[in-house]
Amino acid sequence: MYILKHLKLVFYKKYFFIFCLILTNVYYSVSQEENLDSLINTELGDHIDYTIATFKATRVINGQSIERMQKGDLDFRITHRFGEINTGIYNFYGLDYSNINFSLEYGLNNWAMFGIGRGTYNKTYSGFLKFSILRQSKGKKNMPVSLSYFSGMYVNSQKWLYTERNNHYSSRIAYCHQILIARKFNKRLSVQLTPSLVHRNLVQYKEDANDIYSIGFSGRYKLINRVAVNFEYFYVLNPNKNSVIKHYNPLSVGFDIETGGHVFQIILSNSTGITENIFIPETTGKWGNGGICLGFNISRVFTIKKKSL
Amino acid sequence: MRDCNKVNIKSIKPVIKNLFIILFVVASTFVKAQDKYFTRTGNISFISKTPIIDIAGYNKEVLSYINLKTGKIVFGVVMKSFKFPLPLAEEHFNENYVESDKYPDAKFNGIITNINDIDLTKYGDYKANVEGSLTIHGITKKIKVTGNIKVTKDKIFASAVFKIAPEDYNIIIPNLVVDKIAKEVDTYVDMIYEPYVKGK
Repeated sequence: MYILKHLKLVFYKKYFFIFCLILTNVYYSVSQEENLDSLINTELGDHIDYTIATFKATRVINGQSIERMQKGDLDFRITHRFGEINTGIYNFYGLDYSNINFSLEYGLNNWAMFGIGRGTYNKTYSGFLKFSILRQSKGKKNMPVSLSYFSGMYVNSQKWLYTERNNHYSSRIAYCHQILIARKFNKRLSVQLTPSLVHRNLVQYKEDANDIYSIGFSGRYKLINRVAVNFEYFYVLNPNKNSVIKHYNPLSVGFDIETGGHVFQIILSNSTGITENIFIPETTGKWGNGGICLGFNISRVFTIKKKSL
Repeated sequence: MRDCNKVNIKSIKPVIKNLFIILFVVASTFVKAQDKYFTRTGNISFISKTPIIDIAGYNKEVLSYINLKTGKIVFGVVMKSFKFPLPLAEEHFNENYVESDKYPDAKFNGIITNINDIDLTKYGDYKANVEGSLTIHGITKKIKVTGNIKVTKDKIFASAVFKIAPEDYNIIIPNLVVDKIAKEVDTYVDMIYEPYVKGK
């Protein structure tokens, strides 16, 4: 009873009340300090972590990779394919033949790039667009894959073989549409699926389809920091049916060696073609009987527009 | 009848006195709040200069706060937020050097040792001596940096320039490119702090 009375007195004392006020004041300051510490920790984790460098270059081997040129960057590419090794010593195991493609590829903004090229095979002029639609990410936003769209156009600029025939300009043109779906599993392994459509306005044989449907499977495995091994296979769903030339699915393996601003890709493939309209439907080599060729891709990236940082 | 206008001084004084005490204590909480400044858009950049090549990285999303009463200063840096003008540099930085998948953030926890020299009521530039622990790539090192703090009406500007040696933080540079990465990287800190408002 006495204690209770004493306590009552204490509570009513104004100094006790002020003391409480000061205490809450101190508590408020201290908790603000802790608040900021935890705020920094939560904010550090609260951002979208976009996957970068799924592949080292914009091509896996022959086919497109999910990678784009960054905004303002220009890629100068030289692609070279030798002839098939089974053509014997007279042809120096294929080294006598060469198919070369030059291209300039530019990043327009942070989701689109375009490219123009010229190749020796059929004196082909080509152009393409590649857009990023989805980007693989983790953290605040989870996206398991990166997805892009590729569209290419190829013009055969050789003189007409049969001039007595009515030759349409449109006969020179072929198109390719692809959806690129890729996932980077970890620092070492990336995999890509590429459903493709190649449309050729004019085909050589009646039995061959103008529209060729295929699915590409490709991947890369990083061996050490600057060296990766690549693999690419296109399964053609409706291959050419003509009885004159047999066509096979293109299968390629390659190494990426990166040195500073250059990526050097050295490859082995059964396809001597470089552009999608050739290497997908018109591969004549067969791995089984040495119908494979050596080739390389050289890429040098220049920064044209300084990035606003 | 009591004169209503006549004030009983004895009874008023304690009331006013108490009111003032309470007001003072409550008001002091607001004054204390002004000691804490925060930003989530701080700038930290670095440049590695060698005769062969200069490589620079820029981060514009640095988190930091300063308590101008106690001198406590804390930074949080997301490594993947560094952007690089040079192609392929971002990939090398994240995958080969700082291994940002393993160590996503860098942190600095320190004290402005001469905080008493900085007077919030006098606008201007003050030299700030900072000491603390810097953690990069999982390694923590004690560092001392001299910077500048500029006090203005509603913002605090803080800047500093110092050097970081990648080797100190176990960042391994392979022999192939050892000539392309500087032994000491010039680091620039440029922050604009605003008073911390809870819940923002």
